[in-house]
Amino acid sequence: MPQGRAHETPLLRMTNVVKTFPGVVALGGVDLDVYAGEVHCLLGQNGAGKSTLIKVLAGVHRPDEGTITWDGEEVTFSHPQAAMDHGIATMYQELDLVEGLTVAENIFLGHELSRFGFANRRATRERAAELLAQLGHSGISPNTEVGQLSAANQQIVSMARALSRDVRLIIMDEPSAVLDSGEVRQLFGVVRELTARGVAVVYISHRLEEIREIGDRVTVLKDGRTAATGLDATETPTAELIRLMTGRTIEYVFPPRRTPDTTTGPLLSVNGLTRAGEFHDVTFDVYPGEIVGIAGLVGAGRSEILETIFGARKADRGTVSVDGRPIPPGSVVKAVQAGIGLAPEERKSQALILSHTIGHNVSLASLPSFSSAGWIDSAKERESSLRVTQSLDVRPSGIEREMRTLSGGNQQKIVLARWLQRGSRVLLLDEPTRGVDVGARSEIYNLINDLSEEGCAVVVVSSEIPEVLGLAHRVLVVADGAVLHEGPAEELDEHRVLDIILKGDAA
Amino acid sequence: MSGEITEKTAGEVSPSVVGDDPRPTDERSHPLVRLFAGGFGRNLGLVIALLLLCVVGFATAGDRFASTDNLMTILRLGSVIGVVSIGMTFVISGGGIDLSVGAIVALSSVWATTLATQQMAADIHWIIMVFTAVAVGAGCGLVNGILVAYGRVAPFIATLAMLAGARGLAEIIAQRRTQIIRDRDFITFFGGDVLGIPVLVIIFVLVATVGWIILNRTTFGRRTLAIGGNAEAARLAGIRVKRQTAMLYVLLGIACGIAAVMIMARTTTGTSTHGQLYELDAIAAVVIGGTLLSGGRGTIIGTVLGVLIFTTLTNVFTLNNLDTSTQAVAKGIIIVVAVLLQQRVAERHQASG
Repeated sequence: MPQGRAHETPLLRMTNVVKTFPGVVALGGVDLDVYAGEVHCLLGQNGAGKSTLIKVLAGVHRPDEGTITWDGEEVTFSHPQAAMDHGIATMYQELDLVEGLTVAENIFLGHELSRFGFANRRATRERAAELLAQLGHSGISPNTEVGQLSAANQQIVSMARALSRDVRLIIMDEPSAVLDSGEVRQLFGVVRELTARGVAVVYISHRLEEIREIGDRVTVLKDGRTAATGLDATETPTAELIRLMTGRTIEYVFPPRRTPDTTTGPLLSVNGLTRAGEFHDVTFDVYPGEIVGIAGLVGAGRSEILETIFGARKADRGTVSVDGRPIPPGSVVKAVQAGIGLAPEERKSQALILSHTIGHNVSLASLPSFSSAGWIDSAKERESSLRVTQSLDVRPSGIEREMRTLSGGNQQKIVLARWLQRGSRVLLLDEPTRGVDVGARSEIYNLINDLSEEGCAVVVVSSEIPEVLGLAHRVLVVADGAVLHEGPAEELDEHRVLDIILKGDAA
Repeated sequence: MSGEITEKTAGEVSPSVVGDDPRPTDERSHPLVRLFAGGFGRNLGLVIALLLLCVVGFATAGDRFASTDNLMTILRLGSVIGVVSIGMTFVISGGGIDLSVGAIVALSSVWATTLATQQMAADIHWIIMVFTAVAVGAGCGLVNGILVAYGRVAPFIATLAMLAGARGLAEIIAQRRTQIIRDRDFITFFGGDVLGIPVLVIIFVLVATVGWIILNRTTFGRRTLAIGGNAEAARLAGIRVKRQTAMLYVLLGIACGIAAVMIMARTTTGTSTHGQLYELDAIAAVVIGGTLLSGGRGTIIGTVLGVLIFTTLTNVFTLNNLDTSTQAVAKGIIIVVAVLLQQRVAERHQASG
């Protein structure tokens, strides 16, 4: 047990590690000590810097400042291979397996067992089978193509790959996210076996009860800094952990909310919407002038819910109605015609044509209104697009320049402009301020508020809980594809929301 | 002239906007650089290349090159592949590719010249042959389009299958024989000229004009470019991406049908060997014209210039009695140089934007 080890040399010590990307400080000074044979958990909200920290450890990113000490010696990992050579293995959240290769080939990818330059297929298979057996999964055949395996089994292969080297530290980025509870047990069994052999594990999870069960010590990251390190994983109270995760330094100003008009019927009605494996039984109404927020962590099913309402994914069950009229499932065209507009999560890949002009990006959904018999009236199009971009205060003004020249906040305005021009009255906003710099955020908030006051029904999804609470009238808290709570935003605060998510996740 | 949709972007931004731009772009560079980086510049580059070719032609072949007759020969030669290339511009702008155009031309020409079709044409009117060729082309395009858009077969594979299948079917129908066209009116009409301009050239000009209008002035064209630029964004903006994609292949099929009629008129035959390697010539002309092979940007004027460059090249080589193998080498070099130059321009554009 790691307690009372202060006199020992940690296996890994990171001191004041700083990593900046153009315009963003991803890590603003992180300290972390990891001892051999311990499970060290990393906690933090989305964007707290966990992923960057992992990538620094794995040699993907090089820190701008700070030192990394490995086994008492200062080291720099200039590339991923260097980290691996020191015995650091990383299991990324998005599994980095080659689907077309077999299990055995994947396990030994990059350090193939060979004889005279030829792949030694038999030795590879045998070693792979040994590793899988060690992990308690002798059922997985080394000859199976990885693409054929379930997500959980792919996770096992990924772990076998980590173990196929002489490994001393394994970083696991949310390994339980794709596993069911039985598989999580098995994973924990493997973790315990590893630590008993003196291997250190850095374990990342949003699930507090997992951390309680498997972890030895906890480090909390917040806004790219270490908020606390070396906390006892079993003794530290939940309230304390949540406080450390949320104690914010950045405050946003939200516009005042006006009470929506609920005397008329709801504008958007979602009833029992379900997509197997993604989310189930989502039911809520949005009235004209109302903003409904969906809070939840990444992977909770938030984007999937929005995309299904919009018809970009086809619902298995349930209905979506606008103004009381149901929309056929799985048809974006019908949803757009009914007056729904989506500002998707990945703006650049899902919403914008970066090489086209701003004007053409705006008018993409409204072409029929500027054309007769397929013939575009360019003057009319230009005039309308110019008006709507000016009303949203897009800077720089003008619609002839290429889309890619706009900043994140202005690109988001263009997406909104597209739906305003179309006359959409139901707006689904997925992470509306992602990639928008701090200064421009309030502008987007005001804009969303204005739109709702003009009678739009707005649904906002965000990983930033204060954003949801500050904008919305009513909040749905989702985790693992289920709505855990619905209620007025005033009755919730960040702690309460995290509490609901972390506790509700236990199942 | 520079009227192409996407070509306006770099050239026409007013200088007053530049000061507000958080990131410097091309607009800050020298006016001449701007001119050449824009669509106008791309076309200008092609025009210069074409002029250079003409200088070479005149220097090596003298009056045999610089005669009205020879000019018409170049245009007539270029017009058949030109019509196919206009259609190809749409498919490539929309993010696709079609390898089957030559085979479709062959099948259309064979089908339109079978004994049965010719008999019907003799009974009614030669226009039957035209309808048949265009309908066969459209049908093949529809099959391509359905496979690509609804069957989600990669365009390369779907049209590769059509390439093999259509030419094979043409061989079966024609029994590997060359079918002679007997209808003199058909040949007189398409082989003739109006005010000294061959009818084939007029058809090419018409097709290019209509193509330009569709690509730049209609919702169809805008949606095509949107799909090629970002299919997912187009889908989430409520555009029927599948239907639009399928229609692009139909459009190209129709162009192939028209080209088949033109080649039938020029050779007075229909045969399964028509349109050999048209897919490569058309793709090459489209790409050196400045249409992005990855989609999202298309230029009809560039395609026309690309076609003229290749046809003039062939003509100059022929006049100098150089064999087709040397021509092929020159073509290859031109394609590589043109694409390398375009990439440099595009990269600089991206890096600054």
